Amino acid sequence: MNDIVLIIALTLVAVGGTTVVMTNAPERQAVTLGLYGVLLTLLFFALKAPDVALSQLAVGTAFVPLMVMLAIRRIRGGRS
Amino acid sequence: MNRNARYLLFFAGGALVAVLFAWAALGMPSFGSTFHPYRDLAVPAAVAHGTANVVSAINFDQRAFDTLGEETIFFGSVIGAAALLRPSKEEREQTSGHGHAKQVMASTRFAGYVLLPLTLVVGFDVVAHGHLTPGGGFQGGVVLATGVHLVYVAGSYDALERVRSVHVYEYAEVVGALGYLGLGFAGLAIAGSYLANVIPYSGFGQLVSAGNVEVLNFAVGIEVSAGVVVMLAHFLEQAIVLRGGAEA
Repeated sequence: MNDIVLIIALTLVAVGGTTVVMTNAPERQAVTLGLYGVLLTLLFFALKAPDVALSQLAVGTAFVPLMVMLAIRRIRGGRS
Repeated sequence: MNRNARYLLFFAGGALVAVLFAWAALGMPSFGSTFHPYRDLAVPAAVAHGTANVVSAINFDQRAFDTLGEETIFFGSVIGAAALLRPSKEEREQTSGHGHAKQVMASTRFAGYVLLPLTLVVGFDVVAHGHLTPGGGFQGGVVLATGVHLVYVAGSYDALERVRSVHVYEYAEVVGALGYLGLGFAGLAIAGSYLANVIPYSGFGQLVSAGNVEVLNFAVGIEVSAGVVVMLAHFLEQAIVLRGGAEA
């Protein structure tokens, strides 16, 4: 049972990581990166590392995509 | 270097890394095995110091100096981002005000104001119980800082500016960082080595039990939450105030 959960979580992470790499525009990548963060959170949780899962959820899913979006806006924003 | 040569270099390098990686992976203990020398040392050390969450014991007790380095990196990156994003003289002059925020949907406003107190309580809980349950100053700090920004999501940028005066958070970040450093020096003065435990342990699994670990957790919680707020404040200022568009 535990093995099945792990195999599913690892497969989802592999698919998610590939999706992030294959996403073209950086602003779209921020969204796929956030979703990939949720998948990593599930993997860490399945591996019985709730501390790491919590860090991943807070930083990888909320903070990093937000910073990427704001940084892209700062660079591309131009003069409106 | 032409395209083919670059591909050749990439594949040669990639193949070498793949071989070395496979070699290293084959030499590792098998997945899920019971061979854990680090665990066998870390868990009794954590229990001896009254810290139920072994991960926190490793971060803030056994390897507290390592964590000090990580906090300093975070502190430095906030200062770096703030320095890079400070408004230039021309930008200061052409500040256009915030424009008028588009009306926030009633459902978004409702969800935001319901989630705001919940998020803050969860963040505080994660910091306060860092020595007992998964979490700690770092995770809780990020939750607290992102929680504050629900005011912007549900309300407006003006509302956010009213509840977070950036100066207060700048000072709070320094207070958190100095708190960590200072407790380290207290250990040096009282117990003879930097970051040695100086606060007595009492009980196991209690809210107040883990000595230094709890105080360091709070110091990190203050530093990280304030640092994230300061960093986001500078990005948002660039994106909203100086570009004169609150619609984003």
